Formats: sequence, structure tokens, C-alpha cells
Amino acid sequence: MKKVNTTGKSAANEAAAIKRRDFFRILGGGILVFFSPWDALGIMALPADQARTLTKDYNAFVHFAADGSVTCYTGKIEMGQGIINSLPPMMADELNVAIEKVKLVMGDTELCPYDAGTWGSLTTRSFGPAMRAALAEARGVMVELASEKLKVPVSDLKVENGTIISLKDPQKKITYGELAQGKRIERYLTVKPPVEDYRDFTYVGKPRFRTDSVEKVTGKALYAGDLKLPGMLFARILRPPSHGATLKSVNTAPAEKIAGVKVVRDGDMVAVVSENKDLADEAVAKIEAEYTFSEMPVNDKTIFDWMLKADTSSSVSNTAGNIEEGRKESDVVFEHEYHDVYLAHAPMETHTALAVFEGEKLTVWAATQSPFGLQDGLAQGLGMQRDNIRVIAPFVGGGFGGKSAYQQGIEAARLAKVTGKPVMVVWSREEEFFYDTFHSAAVVKVNSGMDDNGLIKFWDYHVWMAGTRGAEQIYEVPNRKTTSYSRGRNAPPVHPFATGPWRAPNNNTNTFARECQIDIMAARAGIDPLDFRLRNLKNQHVIDCLKAAADRFGYTPGRLPSGRGIGIACGFDAGTWQATIAEISVDRNSGKITVKRLVCAQDMGLCVNPQGALIQMEGCLMMGMGYALSEEVLFEGGDIKTKGFDTYEIPKFSWTPEIECIILDRKDQAPQGGGEPAIIAVGAVIANALFDATGARVFRVPLTPSRVLEALKKS
Amino acid sequence: MAKSITFTLNGKKTRAEIDPDQTLLWVLRNHFGLTGTKFGCGNGFCGACTVLIDDEAVRSCSVPFGDVQGKKVVTIEGLAVNGRLHPLQQAFVDNDALQCGYCTPGMILTALALLKKNPAPTRAQIIEGMDDNLCRCGAHPRIIKAIDEAAKKMKGGK
Repeated sequence: MKKVNTTGKSAANEAAAIKRRDFFRILGGGILVFFSPWDALGIMALPADQARTLTKDYNAFVHFAADGSVTCYTGKIEMGQGIINSLPPMMADELNVAIEKVKLVMGDTELCPYDAGTWGSLTTRSFGPAMRAALAEARGVMVELASEKLKVPVSDLKVENGTIISLKDPQKKITYGELAQGKRIERYLTVKPPVEDYRDFTYVGKPRFRTDSVEKVTGKALYAGDLKLPGMLFARILRPPSHGATLKSVNTAPAEKIAGVKVVRDGDMVAVVSENKDLADEAVAKIEAEYTFSEMPVNDKTIFDWMLKADTSSSVSNTAGNIEEGRKESDVVFEHEYHDVYLAHAPMETHTALAVFEGEKLTVWAATQSPFGLQDGLAQGLGMQRDNIRVIAPFVGGGFGGKSAYQQGIEAARLAKVTGKPVMVVWSREEEFFYDTFHSAAVVKVNSGMDDNGLIKFWDYHVWMAGTRGAEQIYEVPNRKTTSYSRGRNAPPVHPFATGPWRAPNNNTNTFARECQIDIMAARAGIDPLDFRLRNLKNQHVIDCLKAAADRFGYTPGRLPSGRGIGIACGFDAGTWQATIAEISVDRNSGKITVKRLVCAQDMGLCVNPQGALIQMEGCLMMGMGYALSEEVLFEGGDIKTKGFDTYEIPKFSWTPEIECIILDRKDQAPQGGGEPAIIAVGAVIANALFDATGARVFRVPLTPSRVLEALKKS
Repeated sequence: MAKSITFTLNGKKTRAEIDPDQTLLWVLRNHFGLTGTKFGCGNGFCGACTVLIDDEAVRSCSVPFGDVQGKKVVTIEGLAVNGRLHPLQQAFVDNDALQCGYCTPGMILTALALLKKNPAPTRAQIIEGMDDNLCRCGAHPRIIKAIDEAAKKMKGGK
């Protein structure tokens, strides 16, 4: 199953193939074990222009130091999602070492071997098992070394708490630290994940509180913007008023008049720099610029028709049976259209980067989910050799997918080059709301049918611009088809601005459409919506989630609309199944929805850190209320109207419902994603709860008071 | 034009020759190196830059530095005494009341000002007092619980 290269030619060849860096100079000796975990998902997710020879590079390595500590170096980053807490238990369990001895170094392209990026809830489910397998091998290397030293056969040795002990003579023992003393050993491993055995875990599966919280409550945790270098300049860049604007003429004289400010240009970029951040802010506002405009004739109201009329190419998936047959077998058919809007990521930390050149060598500290992606972007953008670029991601102040994009890092580097000084770029909130890679707006049309027993007979699903994540049919439907429409090859752009992944990318769209449609069918059938789902489901994972959520909620059956304001939905994301139940109240005069309670149950396989996973679920539910109730990017052509927290409203303390999260005990199953799944059903449960409360149906998110009032009038 | 400003910063008498029109936020971060005070929006909507001036929670992004003349300024770095966390900080740790941590300093200082005014707030009063501080990770339920716990401990004279 596994091959351990501890000596011999192939290891030497592989070692030569990677760009060798003098790790020992940095680490001061010890034992280094490199490993190349199988990370098929990571490789597939890699954009073509960032492709690297992964088979010859090593994805991570572990360093045994003389003080007994064991450090794993990985290109993953910590942005609040808590992998800083979920990786160490896996390390400690595999190495049989106390968790206090385990350390992580993350997100530094110089120290950490290549990693595509931190997204897709992949760290625990994909990287984790590979890392565990590799660490098991690393432990094997240590046992071999101990065997040589103690002159005891490997088969007669065991590892306990970082100490390798002879089974026959417990006096013969040596610690990891002692083995590493004065050593400079490198070993290279190629491994693939073994079968998990949860029964041997000491740390995995036990709740573990955050290890970064003391730093974060004392203000000591450093984010990219907290760094400072001698002579550092703050930069502000002149921005167009709209994505359709092109700079025609510029007068920088008013900015240049401000003492302590310098205007710099690099190609089409006009910027001001100053050691004083406030002066840079003041100066950039004084630049007079004229633009020509070429706006796409679309706005937040017309976008849906625009998408339906766009030049698209389609792909068909998830097919079974025959839609026309299903239609014939149906006693009732349904046809509805659902809309989703553009959303901003709006992390509290805006895109920030500090760049400095030392000779040919460029170092960039950036708020990024993809340090290696930024490294590639810099190589391309500045025409540099990748080896001369180091990117470091310190603590990241929220990402949610938005910090997969790294424009600010390239801007800082260009300005550092032009000025010859360290340059800090901190996007303003307006810039953040302008250059964000928004969650895409989308249209979904669902045509479905059922028989008189409430059994779904066909499901003809069409989705525009959202893709198919979450569009998999989780219900038992004999005749089904999913058609996904995206921008056609060589077709003009559909979006007036950049779009990109937003927490559980587009699963929110598809789960909203599917679960609203299911509710509409349940209502028509006169069957309780939980019962209707259970009748049409065979997947035990989601059935268990629904039952667990209903049990915790204290759910009692009722026909829609029951007047109670209870909504149900379920779904699947990142390998994890979930069911959510909401209870809301509706102010019929204002149309305002208040969410009183959210209960969510999820089956995520083996849960590595139940405390961290619960917090992610709570965070998903809170954040999800935003897209469900208020968040929407308003625009006219490329002109974004919602460039502040006053116009783009995110969830607040006063929205906080009673939140209860349940993680099903599935220790014997492979770990799945935890950072995204709980967000996917929030839109649907609230829309379904609104219908249950009032009989009014809103076919789009967000369910703003005015849309609720409009629906109430129709109902 | 630089001007001499005298004030108390985290309990220490401090004098600085700085342009009084600069924002308190960037003076704290860039001149005093107190980077626990975060930039979030620059116009007072998010609360990440909250500090205490004479026990009142204020948005340091919207306060000219000159305004602190003769006043007491407390930043997140000034809360722990001899490495011992303030009860509010400890309650945030005990409840895992944070994720990315970027809004946390502003949350804690807003809560501190709230508790100074109302040492025994109800849940509704905590929510009302915190409502203008934004958190994107969704740590709200845990922050409410942490503040409630800290209030109860602090009343015990700690």
C-alpha cells in the first residue's frame, strides 16, 4: 500500500527535483520528513495557469526538533475557520505525542510546500487524511531511527507520548527530541490515505477550544495590516467610479500639493503614497479624473431576464428515466422560477497587503486564502521568477471565498517596485465592496410533478449562472434531469463585474430553489412538509439529519400553511448532509421577518473537533440569515450602489435567534467538510417558514420587508 | 501641522507631537504601534476600531487625534494586567466567542463600556448595546453569552 523511501536513488532524485531550500539553516537541525499526500481534489481545483508538478513537489513536511516539539508546515491558512485547531489533534494522534508538543506553520511559500489554496471545506476532509497517513509514516521513520540507536528490532518498539520504548525492556527508550538532537536528517515519503481507525484516537473527536483566542482577545494576533517596516508607505489607488469606466484624463496636482504625499504611476495605475495613512486617504480623494463609460445595459432588477437571454452553453447532468414519462405519471405538475442575487463577502478585514523588495527578492504579506496563487499572480503580473517571490499569509480576518482573489497583493508589489519602499495597501470598505468577486446572481426554473400519493415523479431542473453544486437530486425521483447554463464560449460577459466563490458556492441558490419547490409540492399534496420529504427520500444520511433536527426542535406535524411559521429544508454540501428547521414571526404591517429559532443537524462523518465544527455551524446559520433577509448588491451597469455597511446590511446582534446545532456521531466514517454545509438551507427554511406563517411565497432571496409585503398582498 | 497632545494611553501619561487632524485610529496603529485597534470601514459603521475615551466606546476612525487632549484612552492592549486577562477577555476565550478575531478587540471594548454603564445588563440590553458592532463570522450567540458571563463575574468584584 505504501512506499517509504528512506534511502536510495529515487529519494535522492525526488529530493533533487524539488527546489531545495536550506531548511536546516532556518530550523537549526532536527529531523525533517517530507511527504506528498494524495490530494486529487486539490489538484483538480488548480487553475491551469497555476499548475505545478505536484508529483515532484512535497505538499507538507513535518519537523522533529531537539526540544521534542513536532511542527507541520502547510500552505493552508487560518481565517477563522479553525483548522489551526483541527489539524493538531490529527497530528498528535498519529505521532503518539502530547498535543502541546504539536505546532503548525502555515501559509508561507518559502517554508511551506505548495498548496493550491484554503477553500471548499477541503482541509479536514482531503488534506487531513493524507496528512494523517503521512504522519503515520513519519512515526515509522522515527521508530526506525530509534531501532538503530537502541539496537532493538522495530517490531519490539512502541511509541507512547513522544517516547519510543522497547516492549521487552522498558528501560530502553528514547524520545523524539533525543533522536533529533544534533541531527540533520531528511527523509522523503510517498503515501496515500489508509483506512481510518477511530478507536485509537486520543485527541481526534474530542472538543478542542481555539488555541489562538488569547492572541486575538489581547490584540496581539497579527494580520497583514498590522505589520510595519522601516520607511513603509501607505498607498491609495485611484479607482474608477464604475466597472464600465475607462480613465480619460487625470489631474493629480491637487493631491501633489499635500505635503508628505507623492503621486506615483505604474502603467495605468495612478496612486498616492504617504507614510501617513490619513494623508493618503485625503490625497486620493483630491485627484480629479475624467472617464469614458461603456456600461453593460443591466441592473439589479433586469439581471434575471438578462441572464435568460444571454448567449449561454448548457450541460446536462443527473439524468435518469424520461421526463415526459414522468409527466404522464404525474397527477399534479408544478413550474416555478427562483432568483438569487449578487452577494458580497464583506469580511471585516478588507483586502490588505504589504510588499517589499530587497534586491531582486520580493516579499508580500497578504490577507489571502491562496498564498501560492498570489505568488503565481505576482510572477505573472511583475514578470518575475517565482523563486524570487515569497508570500506569507498571517492571520486572515475572514475570507468566505473572497480572499481567493488577490489583486491587492499585486498592487502593493507594483507600488513597492515603483517607489523602492515597502508599500502597504489596505483597501477601503468602498474598494472592498467594489472589487469583491461577488457571489453570482442566478435564475433557477424547476418543473416537477407528483402523483396523488405525494410521490415525486419527475424533476426537470434548469439553472442559469450558478452551476450545479447543490443541484444533485437528493430525493428519489425516477425521471430527472439537470440542465446548467453558463456563459457560452466566446460569448460576451454576463456579469458587469467579477464573480467568484462565496461560502458553499452556489449551493445556497440550488438548495433554495429545490427546497422551496418541495415545500410547494407538500403544501399542494396536503402532507406535512417533513413527512413529504421523508416519503420521497431514501438516503439514510439526510433522513437521520431530518429526524435529529425535528426531534431537537420538538416538531409536530402540520399542514402547510399551519400559521406557526415553521420552515424545513435539507441538503448536501462538501460531503456533508444536513437538515435545518426555522421558526419565524412576521410583522404583517412592515413585512419584517424575525427569526426566532434555528435548529440544524448535520452528518459530517468523523468530526475531528466537535467544538470547532459547532462554531462553524453557528457561524453558517448567522451568516446565512444575511443572504436570506437583507444582503443584495445593487447596481446599475458597472456602478455598484451598495458600497458600505449602511447600504449592504449584514446580520447583526439583534437578529440572533436561538441556535441549536447537532452533529451526528459518525466516527466510523470519513471526515467531511464543516465550514460551509450549514449555510445552504437558511434561505429555504426562512422562505418556507414565511409560507407556513402566512401562506405567502417569495420566490427569491433576500426576503426583504417590501418583498414580503408584496407576497402578502398576493396571497 | 504637528501639535503637542497630552493624554493618558492605557494608563500611562503620554505626550505626542502629531498632526491633531489625523484620525485616532491611524495614530494608534501607526505611531504607537497599537495594532489591536482594527480598520474595518473608516466611517463608523462596523466598530472594529472601537476604543474607550474616558470610559465611552468611540469609533477611533472617526475621531481626530486632537480630541483626546487631556483624556484617558484605553485600547485592547491596555486591558490585561500583568498578563492576567480582563474578565471580558477571559469570557471570550472561555466561550470561544470569536473566529477570525478581527472584530474581537472592538467587541470587547464596546462591551466594557456597556458594563461600566450597566454592570448587570439583561440579554436584551447586551444585544442593544452591541448591535452596531459587526461580526461577519457569526460569533454573535457566543459573544452575547461571553458578555453575560463576564458581567456576572465582574459584579463579584473581580
